[in-house]
Amino acid sequence: MSLLELHGVTRSVRLPDDRVLEILRGIDLTVDAGEHVSIVGRSGTGKSTLLNILGLLDTPTAGDFLLDGVPIGRLSGRVRARRRGADFGFVFQQFNLLQARTALENVAAPLLYAQGKQFWARKRLAAEMLERVGLGDRLDTMPEKLSGGEQQRVAIARALVRGPRVILADEPTGALDVDTGGEVMDLLDTIARENGSALIAITHDLAVASRAQRHFRLAEGVLAPIAIGARSAGSLEGLGSGLEQVPDGEDHQAEHVAVTLGPATSAAAAGSGPGGRTRPRTGVDGLLDEPVVAS
Amino acid sequence: MTGLFGALAEAWDELRVHKLRVLLALIGVAVAVCAITTITAAGDMLRQVSAESNERWTGRPATLNVSAYPAGQEMPPIEEYVAAYDDIAARYEVEHSSMVMWAQTPFRFPSGTRQTETRAVGADWATMHRFVLDGGRWFTEADEDNLSPSIVVNQAFLDELGQGIEDHPTVMVGGENPVLATVIGSYPDSWPDEPPSAYILVASQLRWTTPEALMNSGPPSLELWVPTGSVEALTEAIRRDLAGAITGAQVDVSRLDNPDMSMLDGAMKWVILGVSTVALLLGGLGLVNIALVTVRYRIREIGIRRSFGASSGRVFFSVLMESVVATVVAGVVGVALAIVILHNIPLDTLMGSSVEDRPGFPVSAALTGMVAAVSVGALAGLIPALVAVRVKVIDAIRY
Repeated sequence: MSLLELHGVTRSVRLPDDRVLEILRGIDLTVDAGEHVSIVGRSGTGKSTLLNILGLLDTPTAGDFLLDGVPIGRLSGRVRARRRGADFGFVFQQFNLLQARTALENVAAPLLYAQGKQFWARKRLAAEMLERVGLGDRLDTMPEKLSGGEQQRVAIARALVRGPRVILADEPTGALDVDTGGEVMDLLDTIARENGSALIAITHDLAVASRAQRHFRLAEGVLAPIAIGARSAGSLEGLGSGLEQVPDGEDHQAEHVAVTLGPATSAAAAGSGPGGRTRPRTGVDGLLDEPVVAS
Repeated sequence: MTGLFGALAEAWDELRVHKLRVLLALIGVAVAVCAITTITAAGDMLRQVSAESNERWTGRPATLNVSAYPAGQEMPPIEEYVAAYDDIAARYEVEHSSMVMWAQTPFRFPSGTRQTETRAVGADWATMHRFVLDGGRWFTEADEDNLSPSIVVNQAFLDELGQGIEDHPTVMVGGENPVLATVIGSYPDSWPDEPPSAYILVASQLRWTTPEALMNSGPPSLELWVPTGSVEALTEAIRRDLAGAITGAQVDVSRLDNPDMSMLDGAMKWVILGVSTVALLLGGLGLVNIALVTVRYRIREIGIRRSFGASSGRVFFSVLMESVVATVVAGVVGVALAIVILHNIPLDTLMGSSVEDRPGFPVSAALTGMVAAVSVGALAGLIPALVAVRVKVIDAIRY
């Protein structure tokens, strides 16, 4: 039994003009405990919606979503919230740290929703987790006094402090420069592995995506497995043939997608820090001859 | 249980972070709670001042006045009254009772003999009427045995004598059996230019006054301080008993103190409560305003907390608790402020009188203020909490 199973999941919304917009269409995905999965796709293809469904923040319009083999549709809102807090850790692109709270208070915040020892020992557990991410000396520092990389490390500590079984990372390096992003991903990979947590990363960044064991591409609401070639992994340049189609039979979920890696963008001049600036990136959008806009 | 502590910790944390904003919003609530408590205390004091002032004339609740008027023109012997009254006080186990007789006594002042209004009472009378002396002492039962009758006089009396109470003055009582009376205590005049007046023990009055003089002062009455609950039963029983004890007497038993005072108390309480409630509601409106702005400002944070596992119920409760915890703090501050004010301001002196039984700190008013503050907090938190629950998690995170 897989940890997470999506079978034919769709998500649609009714627009103000009464048209129905299908964001996700027939999504099939299974994720096992401790597995590292990446999902790449253009902006607006439904990546975040998929992540929200996986993280129990949203519910599918149709299809089945099984958590530990149990359809989540059978769970009450309260139980879903409890499972979300206990089993899922979220890492956001913009860190989403609570303002006016120290790093320690931010990391301790999810433990306010825990039970027993985790609740009562929250300050100690938070301090230990910050120690693990290398911020043991910044416990009482406010987020605005931390660099982008440090803020994301606090966010990672916060996502992991309850020992989740699944870490959902939505563009975890999207607001960081390439080097810092690499360091953050190293940390996320390491701690997820040590904790035995599954890691599902949504990203534009092929270097980030290539760290996963399995890769998927989400296009127009359809999820398809892809392979990312070794040449693209961690590389800023020369991504000409980084993406490869998954051959038949190699992945039963594989969809024949014609993804062609275009010329590399001007990736050498990597930007840094949060802030929505256009910056070069080894991104799937880059494959389509478009720069990535970190927003 | 952890959930409750968690919500409280979260609410406190939120207040701590936004302390300035919260502080400004809560000043109104704290002032209102302080006002409720202080005004109630002032009201209690005013009632006490008023009650004690009344009780000096009418006796404490409930004071029964018993009179037995002879049917004809001839008064039964005074001994018959004394025996009947003593019997009634003993039979109904009345702890405080006093015979009362009015007489005009010829005191020989330096300026000449002057008929002076004298009230003969028992030693208990001062307790029953909250009688306040400004010098010397009131009678004790031992004074009944003094060969020189003890008297308690007003300031005008002392002025007439040309002495102060510290001079231990004496004065001759004229009449057929002149006797030197000793002034043992004095009380202030009730109004300017009040003529001299005096109190004397009934036993002394009977000993030194001729039966003829006593006849002129009319039949004595009896005052009984009884529990308010037994007024009706005692009235009937005493009337019946006394009619049998004093032959042919027309017995009248009536309540001296004014039971309608408690109705006035009730009305005053409602007025105070009404004014304070309006003040609290105004404070609460400020809180609603700030809380609403705060929630809108915190939409992203609410979304993030939902990602931590906060259910919509928990978000609702936490936001509600922020207001409740805040108003509890404000309430405590308001009550503390009221304690400081009441401790340092002599309300009775400001009201122009001093009270014998100082009302205690109005705990019920403080509790009412606290409950009202918490209710206002809950009401003020309700709207922001509903707004917070309606926040769409996904939108909130991306906010």
